[in-house]
Amino acid sequence: MIEVEGLTKRYGPTLAVNDVSFTVQKGEILGFLGPNGAGKTTTMRVITGFLFPTSGRVRVAGFDVGTESLEAKKHIGYLPETPPVYPDMTVSEYLAFAARIKGVARGDIKKRVGDVSERCAIGDVQRRQIGKLSKGYRQRVGLAQALVHSPDVLILDEPTAGLDPKQIIETRELIKSFAGDHTVILSTHILPEVSKTCQRVLVISGGQVVAEGAPDELVRRLQGYEDIVLIVEGPAPEIIDKLQRITGVNVVEPREAAGTQVTLEVHAEKGHDVRADLAQTVVESGWKLFELKTGGLSLEDIFLKLTTKDLSEAQESAPSPALDIS
Amino acid sequence: MRNTLAIAGRELRAYFHSPIAYLIIAAYSVVCGFFFYNITAEYVVESFRMQSMGGGMGMPSMSINEIIIRSLFEGVLTVVLLFLIPLITMRLYAEEKRSGTIELLLTSPLTDFQIIMGKFLGAFALYAILIVITFLYVGILFIYGNPAAKPLLAVALGILLFGAALLALGMWISTFTKNQIIAGGVSFGVFLLLYVFNWVSAYSTSPMGRILAYLSLTTHFDNFAKGVIELKDLIYYLSVIALGLFLTARSVEALKGRAS
Repeated sequence: MIEVEGLTKRYGPTLAVNDVSFTVQKGEILGFLGPNGAGKTTTMRVITGFLFPTSGRVRVAGFDVGTESLEAKKHIGYLPETPPVYPDMTVSEYLAFAARIKGVARGDIKKRVGDVSERCAIGDVQRRQIGKLSKGYRQRVGLAQALVHSPDVLILDEPTAGLDPKQIIETRELIKSFAGDHTVILSTHILPEVSKTCQRVLVISGGQVVAEGAPDELVRRLQGYEDIVLIVEGPAPEIIDKLQRITGVNVVEPREAAGTQVTLEVHAEKGHDVRADLAQTVVESGWKLFELKTGGLSLEDIFLKLTTKDLSEAQESAPSPALDIS
Repeated sequence: MRNTLAIAGRELRAYFHSPIAYLIIAAYSVVCGFFFYNITAEYVVESFRMQSMGGGMGMPSMSINEIIIRSLFEGVLTVVLLFLIPLITMRLYAEEKRSGTIELLLTSPLTDFQIIMGKFLGAFALYAILIVITFLYVGILFIYGNPAAKPLLAVALGILLFGAALLALGMWISTFTKNQIIAGGVSFGVFLLLYVFNWVSAYSTSPMGRILAYLSLTTHFDNFAKGVIELKDLIYYLSVIALGLFLTARSVEALKGRAS
């Protein structure tokens, strides 16, 4: 449904997006994950035809965004980071205007506006001025605008930014309900967001795709089980000594001690899963095991690991820029 | 066409949703009314004086068209419009850029030309309201006097073209910034320069001086104000309008190439 090929975008001397390629299948929800300024918005703006690429090609629903832009745009619904609403208009006026300029037939406008208003739960504010609505409502009006011409493709730039937790959950549910009918690309810099809404994730950093895959896979792959954290009650020196003798264990370091409990960090050799051995040793020695978990790496750590400069430089020198884990 | 009208309708509505349309109309009506009263009163006093002096030989004619209408439009209103038209055009693109709604327009299946024409027509519709008000004042002259009606058509056409040319240039200037005040200020400066270009003809007959005088907005309004439609003036205003629209299109194109 969406094909992006060697997309590069320069702003003067600044390289915002560097040779990005990917495809999105029909009905799929793809997440763009990356820190602010990574090139997510720029990529989306090129796909929607708001910006011309410096080089590369984008096809949406089989139409080239550069040469057949009118046709391509008919298939795209776009919600920019700030909802593109006119504060002086009422919700129904605005949606009717959006429907009109997006080529909805005159006779269908009323019905389409009614449908999307219901879907985005803004039926109760139809006659209110958009400028007087809360951020959450405005966001939903923006979303309704993107849906009003029933596009095949939805591009959503940080759709949950600035919403309260309840609205975030509602918006995520709404987006998930689009899967199947619509092909969706959404961007976010919040990690749990992608794992909750997307089927596939592109991690973008410094204008390049640094990792790609299903969110769970991505976490599992990067988290690994080489780093383990243990909380045990017992004599610290003795425990460390005993655990270090387990095959595969490289180092055991005490991290902190609270009362009789000690928190230990165990680093195993690559490819060794020592978790069962650790648990067994602790229990058999008569100590109490309170917690055993993998990874000093949280989701946030993985994100940082993927998007910090060192790594993207390493990726650049590697033959394949994308770490494909699927 | 449908898309262009949708944009034009929204633009016109936006003027009336904000105080700007009322402000412009009110300011214009008051200023225009004051000058109209002033010029007419002076005319009346002057014509009484000429009558008491016996009139006749060697006296300049006291044509209503020549004295009231021409000095109202050419001497006063063109200057008033230099101030008011930037208020109409400054928001056209600057506001869309600031609020982000430009992203809606440029990602909708519209051509740039449809958007530009829509905005231009929306702004022109508000301007046309001002001109209608002006002719309400002029209509009063028909009650108390007998001005020639036909030359008024030339005046109307001239003032509409004069305004349309400024609107097109103002819209172009508005594409450069997110800040309406900057767009309005720069537009006023540019309009003022175009207005006073013909002053060089007072002292210079060099080719450069003649070119500047030709480029001036005032030079070409002169014939219209007299009630005469000349092809070269028509072509001048239509060219400036076309140039303004074309430059706007180029500038919007450049927005898409660069960061906005």
